[in-house]
Amino acid sequence: MTATHVPRHAQAPTRPVYTPPPPPKRRKRHGPRWLPGLLLVSPSLILIGIFVYGFLGWNVRVSFTNWRGLSPSYHSVGFDNYVNLFKDDRFRGDIRNLIVFTVVFVAGSMVLGFVMAMLLDKGVRGEGFFRGVYLFPMAISFIATAIIWRWLLDNGSGADTAGLNKLFSDVGLGFLRSDWHKSDSIFAIAAVALPAGWALSGYVMALFLAGMRSVPETLRESARLDGASELQVFWYVVRPMLRPITFSVVLIMLHISLKTFDLLYAIDQGNLRIDTPSLYMWFTTFDGGFYDRGATIATVLLLGVALVVGPYVWYSLRTEKR
Amino acid sequence: MWQGRFAVASLIVVALLASLSMCAVGGGRENQLEVYSWWTGPGEEEGLNAMAKEYERENPGVTFVNAAVSGGAGSNAKAILASRLLANDPPDSYQRHAGLELLDDVRSGKVQDLSSLYDQQHWRDVFPKGLLENLTINGKVYAVPVNIHRANLMWYLPSTLKSLGIDAPPKTWGEFLSQAEIIKSKGKTPLAIGPEWTQKHLLETVLLGELGPDDYEKLFAGQISWTSPDVEAALGVYAKVLQYTDLKAAAGDWQTQLDRVVQGSAVYAVMGDWTANYLEGVKKLAYESGYNVVASPGTDGIYDFLSDSFTLPTGARHPDLSRDWLIECGSTEGQNLFNPLKGSIPARTDADATIYKGYLSWALAQWRNPKTRIVGSLTHGVVANNAYNAEIDSALGLFVQHADPVRFADTVQAKYRETQ
Repeated sequence: MTATHVPRHAQAPTRPVYTPPPPPKRRKRHGPRWLPGLLLVSPSLILIGIFVYGFLGWNVRVSFTNWRGLSPSYHSVGFDNYVNLFKDDRFRGDIRNLIVFTVVFVAGSMVLGFVMAMLLDKGVRGEGFFRGVYLFPMAISFIATAIIWRWLLDNGSGADTAGLNKLFSDVGLGFLRSDWHKSDSIFAIAAVALPAGWALSGYVMALFLAGMRSVPETLRESARLDGASELQVFWYVVRPMLRPITFSVVLIMLHISLKTFDLLYAIDQGNLRIDTPSLYMWFTTFDGGFYDRGATIATVLLLGVALVVGPYVWYSLRTEKR
Repeated sequence: MWQGRFAVASLIVVALLASLSMCAVGGGRENQLEVYSWWTGPGEEEGLNAMAKEYERENPGVTFVNAAVSGGAGSNAKAILASRLLANDPPDSYQRHAGLELLDDVRSGKVQDLSSLYDQQHWRDVFPKGLLENLTINGKVYAVPVNIHRANLMWYLPSTLKSLGIDAPPKTWGEFLSQAEIIKSKGKTPLAIGPEWTQKHLLETVLLGELGPDDYEKLFAGQISWTSPDVEAALGVYAKVLQYTDLKAAAGDWQTQLDRVVQGSAVYAVMGDWTANYLEGVKKLAYESGYNVVASPGTDGIYDFLSDSFTLPTGARHPDLSRDWLIECGSTEGQNLFNPLKGSIPARTDADATIYKGYLSWALAQWRNPKTRIVGSLTHGVVANNAYNAEIDSALGLFVQHADPVRFADTVQAKYRETQ
């Protein structure tokens, strides 16, 4: 036995004795825990603070001044601008138009979008194709949409008949002929809900379709096993689960409707039958230099949108907490 | 950990770089002349380019920067310009309609007095007196007119009149109304009309025809009230004329308005003389044989003008270059380069008349006739400031719905007082 003999097993690494790991080294903190997070979001906070809330506040301030033309004036006139605005015949007509437009546009595009979503959900062949076709109008800018529909909604008669009216008379539906947005009715603006709905019902469809697809098949199956008809499955299973989506869709469409500008601007400029507060705001500010009145209209619109979006934020915060 | 710090650091670098590049957009370089206009349509753009080329040739080393903004007959350009002027970042020269459209700019000190340039270039001798009067604001001149358009014109096809058995276009609005009855009975539209601004254009020609040039000017100068019996009677005539238009199915733009006359479904159209370029260039009609034009009813011998003009903004980066540009605008060469392409006539009375053919030669002869009475257009910014003009837009938009001249007159009179 030589001293040099080393048994083979001795070459195996010795199993280290277990030593508990050292307590984690405390990372050196240079400040409170929330600081890095705040630093990370601060650029966008600052930008939003200045460019959204700062300007918003500035706009509200201008609405209480008598600023007209190219020399800014911050002389306060109290609520005069608001009082005058609600006495203004054009603005009163605008409010009425906006309500008509919103009701027809939101209801119309929701019904249309919902029906399209239901049809697609039933499993049409070539679903992807139809989904694309219905969604495409949204990809077209409102200005282009307006240019197309300006012609489709032409109300010339006799030899000047064109657009939809011509289509109607060619297929023997001449009694459907309409003056569209140029008619004398106070509901003339409802005609413009047609292109607006055309552009956005595909979007509504996509939202509803996503909602319907998120209803688990197992729920429907079990309802069917319990003997529910398809109608009952829809009413008692799918419909309640679509409630949050319906809520979002209504709010999204409502605020789009309140802000619609380009479509109306391009379809018939200066026709007060389809005038809305947002158009009046633009024309009075940039054609007339009534910065005070423009800011007042903007503030009123903001309050209108806040009335719509406020409940939405409240609702979504409440559901998220649950 | 270091990856996180690296990410944050690189984000900051990117943000800084981004803001740097934004700063670079602002500053204008030396020897650049930035001219702001809404001339982007066919004809006018070529005209502007011709003037720019001439300017660059006369001022070697200077680059002409065309800062034109298209769309909305200048309304988009005006909105963007307003934001630049409010930010005290004016271009080296910008376009405005001559007249009270400039009043706000003058009151806010956005433009410089050009009286000395007028004296130096002897422009007071070559522009007609009526034009100079309308250009002058509180005794000073702030803009150099490049071209002259005429607003009070009535366009028609001789062939349509012949087929209806009408000898000549009406000389008064009363005559128009009796002709209109005949035309309507034959199933045609007596007068084609377009969007709101063309309705205002018609209003101004009816007021001019019914009130005459003196009262027309007094009305807009505030010396006659809108509620006076004469003006209300004229508004009543306007309301009657509207009944013989295709207002309910109004065309979407002035070109489509004229298309109805070309197709023969409508007989007359009141529109400015940019129409001539459209009818000759696009519709290939010859002056007098293909289409014809007369002064709108009751305005023979009156030239209801509008003019595109350029200014010298306060705080322009290169005032010397701007001044050179204004000299180009007011020069015979510049005006003769621009106007035949745009389809307008030179404001100068000494520019060579032989290069103006067809309609333009008639217009030029009228403009230079010393007996011609020159008045300014309402719709195109000569006789009313922007605030007043925009309020008239609102009132007129309501008027075409309620058709009540008294209510319209009351509103406009109140707005006149508020906007002076």
